[in-house]
Amino acid sequence: MDTPVILQAKNLTKIYGKNVIFQNISLDVHKGETIVIIGPSGTGKSTLLRCMNLLTRIDGGQIFLEGQEITAAGTNEDRVRQQMGMVFQNFLLFNHLTALNNVMIGLSKVKKMPQAAAREKAMHELSRVGLSDRADHYPGQLSGGQQQRVAIARALAMDPKVMLFDEPTSALDPELIGEVLGVMAQLAREHMTMLVVSHEMGFAREVADRIVFMEKGSIVEQGSPEDLFERPRQARTREFLGKITELYGKKER
Amino acid sequence: MGNFIEFFLRFLPDLLSGAGMTLLLTAEGLAAGFVLGLGTALARTYGNRFWRGLAVGYIELFRGTPLLVQIFLLYYGLPGLGVTLSREWAAFLALGLNSGAYQAEYLRGSILAIGEGQMIAGRALGMTRWQSVFNIILPQALRLAIPAWANEPVSLLKSTAVVFLIAVPELMAKAKAIAAKTYDPISAYLAVAVIYLAMVYLLDGFMKWSERASRIPGFETESARA
Amino acid sequence: MNQFFTYIAQGTFITIAVTLVSLPFGLALGLSLALVYNYGGRWAARAAGAYSLLMRGVPPIVLLFILYFILSGRLLNLSPFWAGSLALGIVSSAYQMEILRGALQSVGGGQMVAARAIGMSRWQAIQHIIVPQAVRLAIPPWSNEASIVLKDSSLVYALGVPEVLRRAQQLSATTQQPFLAFGAAALIYFVLVFLTNRALDWLAEKTKLPTQHT
Repeated sequence: MDTPVILQAKNLTKIYGKNVIFQNISLDVHKGETIVIIGPSGTGKSTLLRCMNLLTRIDGGQIFLEGQEITAAGTNEDRVRQQMGMVFQNFLLFNHLTALNNVMIGLSKVKKMPQAAAREKAMHELSRVGLSDRADHYPGQLSGGQQQRVAIARALAMDPKVMLFDEPTSALDPELIGEVLGVMAQLAREHMTMLVVSHEMGFAREVADRIVFMEKGSIVEQGSPEDLFERPRQARTREFLGKITELYGKKER
Repeated sequence: MGNFIEFFLRFLPDLLSGAGMTLLLTAEGLAAGFVLGLGTALARTYGNRFWRGLAVGYIELFRGTPLLVQIFLLYYGLPGLGVTLSREWAAFLALGLNSGAYQAEYLRGSILAIGEGQMIAGRALGMTRWQSVFNIILPQALRLAIPAWANEPVSLLKSTAVVFLIAVPELMAKAKAIAAKTYDPISAYLAVAVIYLAMVYLLDGFMKWSERASRIPGFETESARA
Repeated sequence: MNQFFTYIAQGTFITIAVTLVSLPFGLALGLSLALVYNYGGRWAARAAGAYSLLMRGVPPIVLLFILYFILSGRLLNLSPFWAGSLALGIVSSAYQMEILRGALQSVGGGQMVAARAIGMSRWQAIQHIIVPQAVRLAIPPWSNEASIVLKDSSLVYALGVPEVLRRAQQLSATTQQPFLAFGAAALIYFVLVFLTNRALDWLAEKTKLPTQHT
């Protein structure tokens, strides 16, 4: 990708107690790029994502957002998180707020937008994910797929520079996965910069600009979908992809 | 602080005799409350309309009014109907009736949690309803109730403090006497607070120990699922 | 007969007034302590925890007397009504703290993470996301505490405050009808507790979050 690097991780290390979750991980994310991180469970993929928006503290290394080091001492972390959107595996919608208010609350309370402008923008984002008719529903009244789409709208409303997706479809019933992946694919087409941790190989193959294979806390291999799926260089990559495509099959999109 | 410790040690023997009375009242109230509570819980779960109504009426009345009002009603009110109780009896009955109403609810909850299935199994063996209740349901229900019920002794211990208002010579009454004698009410009531704290701590520890000692392996996990 | 009713009705107003002072005061104090316990860091949490253990390990009437003598002493010189009501509020704050900290914890760490992820500060997250949900969860146990405070208001009898029970005692002396007098007091408390429970049940229903899937 030849656009500028918007998010950069340099030599990141995370240790939890005696376990090294990952060590010396470096990753450059270019503007408009969609990167999908794949790999066996428990290899630190989700932790890496949470370190990117400083929800989890790193133990070594640096992270740069648009050239500014966000891991420097004295950084306003809240400000940083306003510029990155995150979507969680279990949606984490605010249960006491309607869909519209979930999307609006970042705008009114964090960005201090006036009510009318916030409402308009929130409705716009809800339409973008196809849920404008559910605006006054509570999370308890929405299906998993709908909740996740509202969660995406909530993150998008903040006009983030980068969107982070932490296994966004892993908690969904199979028939609901499609609607969420559809929204994500649309975002990729609109050149949103996206860093996605997922097991959805079909999505990775069709939508990713780059796939990163992580195992045991380090990046084993990365490359375009064609390179990784057709010509994997590492034996481990071959092994993993072989097992996965057996399980999930080639996704028809 | 040094003054307080001196004060405390000076009146300790006197206070301890009051504490003894407090513990006696607690034990009596707890026992009476248990018998009443169990009977009420059974009446409410397995009784006919009359018994159920009586049980609910009793529970609502004694949980819906303050203990102090109940004590006054028994001690000062009953003589108006020709029934005169000594202060000790009035206190005992009020504490027992009050505790019974709360215990009835804990016990009923556990009985219901044991579930229909156990009753059906008992009946299938040819037991009568009451045989099933006493041999199968209750032994399990009582064990299940222990964690929730374990709060009751401490709760009752604290509520005995109000009986000093009808001049029963327990711990609070001693405090009042000492306060009057020394013109130092704050120290007197603080001393009593310390003793109550000690009693509560010990009682609580005892309850936790007995909970651990009476466990049936695998039982809580099953009932946690139930 | 008429005088009987007005006399005891006046006592009822005092009882309600005591409750209306102590319960909200206990709530404000209890909520602050619960927030300190959950979000205040290790030492503050320990202090709050110790407060809770001490206040709940001593009978309310003992605490009432200690606090009364402190609050009505030379320093503050509050009337029995105010000293008693505030003292009851302080006692209740320990129980309310336990209820509220449990509710705050039940809301769950995930909600806090999601709030931080859109750039909210910790305090904003607590204010706009955690507390609104915790309050809903707390209503059932809190309504239990409300009826306890209402019933405990009878303890201010011992301070000479002219609430229902003291009025009943005076009536019992003047009318020589003790069972009627104290029976009336019991009835009044019963009705007050009943109405409070109904009102709070209604509130719980009203603020419940909709869940059926459309």
